[in-house]
Amino acid sequence: MQKSLNIDPEKCTGCLQCELACSYDNEGVFNPSKSRIKVFKFEDAGRFVPYTCTQCDEAWCMQACPVDAISLDTTTGAKVVSDTLCVGCKVCTIACPFGTVNYNSSTGKVIKCDLCEGEPACATACPTAAITYVDANWTGLDKMRAWAEKTDAGTQVSA
Amino acid sequence: MTYVVVGAGPSGVVAAETLRKADPSVDVVLIGDEPEPPYSRMAIPYYLTGKVDETGTYLRKTDGHYDTKGIRYLEGRVASVDADAGKVALEDGSSQDYSKLLICTGASPIKPPVEGLDSPGVHHCWTLEDARQIIGVAHEGADVVLIGAGFIACIILEALVERGVNLTVVEMEDRMLPRMMDETGGEMIKRWCEKKGVSVQTGVRVTKVQYSDGAGDGHLAVDLDNGSQLPANLVVVAAGVASNTGFLGGSGVKVEDGIVVDNRLMSSVDGIYAAGDCAQGPDFSTGGWSVHAIQPTAVDHARVAALNMVGQDAPYRGSLVMNVLDTMGLVSVSYGAWEGVDEGEQSVVVDEEGFKYLRLEFLGDHIVGALSLGRTEHVGVLRGLIQNRTPLGEWKTILMANPQRYMEAYVDHSQ
Ligand SMILES: Cc1cc2nc3c(=O)[nH]c(=O)nc-3n(C[C@H](O)[C@H](O)[C@H](O)COP(=O)(O)OP(=O)(O)OC[C@H]3O[C@@H](n4cnc5c(N)ncnc54)[C@H](O)[C@@H]3O)c2cc1C
Ligand code: SF4
Ligand code: SF4
Repeated sequence: MQKSLNIDPEKCTGCLQCELACSYDNEGVFNPSKSRIKVFKFEDAGRFVPYTCTQCDEAWCMQACPVDAISLDTTTGAKVVSDTLCVGCKVCTIACPFGTVNYNSSTGKVIKCDLCEGEPACATACPTAAITYVDANWTGLDKMRAWAEKTDAGTQVSA
Repeated sequence: MTYVVVGAGPSGVVAAETLRKADPSVDVVLIGDEPEPPYSRMAIPYYLTGKVDETGTYLRKTDGHYDTKGIRYLEGRVASVDADAGKVALEDGSSQDYSKLLICTGASPIKPPVEGLDSPGVHHCWTLEDARQIIGVAHEGADVVLIGAGFIACIILEALVERGVNLTVVEMEDRMLPRMMDETGGEMIKRWCEKKGVSVQTGVRVTKVQYSDGAGDGHLAVDLDNGSQLPANLVVVAAGVASNTGFLGGSGVKVEDGIVVDNRLMSSVDGIYAAGDCAQGPDFSTGGWSVHAIQPTAVDHARVAALNMVGQDAPYRGSLVMNVLDTMGLVSVSYGAWEGVDEGEQSVVVDEEGFKYLRLEFLGDHIVGALSLGRTEHVGVLRGLIQNRTPLGEWKTILMANPQRYMEAYVDHSQ
């Protein structure tokens, strides 16, 4: 069974270790703004919510890409951007209804979570197990799936 | 069963692949009239700047992709459709029978009624062949006049600037991007262009283009209705497009702005479907029918049409207009009913100096449209919020005060 990132906002303390690990692992810099996972802070409620691509089945990013630069990693299920093929047109960034593909102006390409080839750095770095990489479905993912279905421009029937 | 797809742009290719995947037993024939392997028009600007070579524009990168997928690719141009006989006739005199037909013929650029647009050195920027012609003339320092400042024109603008040409943009409407940006956004982009050394003349018409046979690239003179004249080595015309439907005469397929389809993307003739730039499909925002000539709609249409063709029940909820544009580093985005709707409300932040702008349009407690400039983080979530008609609850008040917090509104809502 493929694994997915399990995010439990209840356990998140907002330490941003995941953002640092992600940006370092993928971009070679400790720079949260280059991280593919993002921790949202809700000051009033004192709540932190780590958030990234769920590798959704609909994969709007991949469908919308005009040059086939996003492909499915059949081992991990991740939708992976090829830096060689991406032309930086940003259509995927407006097509993903979760806002989890982002443009990186320093490279002129887009970045998104690729599950680090099956060893996500964010999950390793998280000291409180708010982010884990597990087999089971998690409720957060189900909620996002529901969102995905509602957004689905066409139909729930799949090819 | 033979499914025939006419037109091998993004919608034709995605449709052929979806048909094949959904029903491995049928024959799938894809007919395209361009000499290159199926490619993406959207990638042309990046070919112009040298970011990719021609192969980088191809929709599918593996050799023999269509053969491997069991899609029969035919190069040819469909001249007419005989719906009674279930046959398409090609210009070379051959014909192809179909059980069901999907029309994905896209659109073609329009030539405005201006004298001299047939001169050498005047090009559209629509096909790879156009791009090759432009590359041949648009050298560093060349004088280039771009007619039009709509979405496609602005994408080309970026590429021409990167090639180092001396560019003047002439737009007859009173602002840039009249169909993608409001006045504030359009003015901001214009100011940005001028700051970067591009001359933008809005509210000005080209009245005539004259060619005098000189050495090399030739010499063009572009007359404007304000009395001035611009010298040019190259004139690029990007003043709108029209759906390619001419070959449907006599077929019984009804055409308005594009091919009229129902919410399963079937045309007025049973068994004939249409998708992409040539189709006037369901419009998510208005509830009516529109041609949305953009890449995401082309592939959505293709998928939905193909599924319905193989007999699945796949109603379409309508396309949401979405555009993203990078104008020399200034990124602008528009979604849906950004102009607002009756009885709607609006929330806006503008930073003229910083070239940042965000406008959200609401109806009741959900977002129906958005414009944004100078922002790239998480913009996609606006699509989700609009297309899901997410009830904002307490976030409505927060967003009315500060529209920039839309991503938090979504994350809070979803987790
Ligand atoms: C320079 C440029 C930049 C663009 N940038 C963007 C962008 O950033 N974002 C975006 O969303 N959209 C963009 N677009 C628009 C986008 O490319 C189109 O919406 C998309 O190509 C539509 O796909 P389609 O398959 O419907 O039509 P097309 O891509 O036009 O494909 C139709 C194909 O059918 C062929 N054909 C036509 N008639 C016949 C016939 N009778 N027989 C056989 N074949 C036929 C055509 O030659 C063509 O190859 C851009 C377009 C251009 C030109
Ligand atoms: S980036 Fe968005 S559209 Fe692409 S797989 Fe992730 S959630 Fe889905
Ligand atoms: S930005 Fe890159 S990955 Fe995204 S749609 Fe464009 S080419 Fe594809």
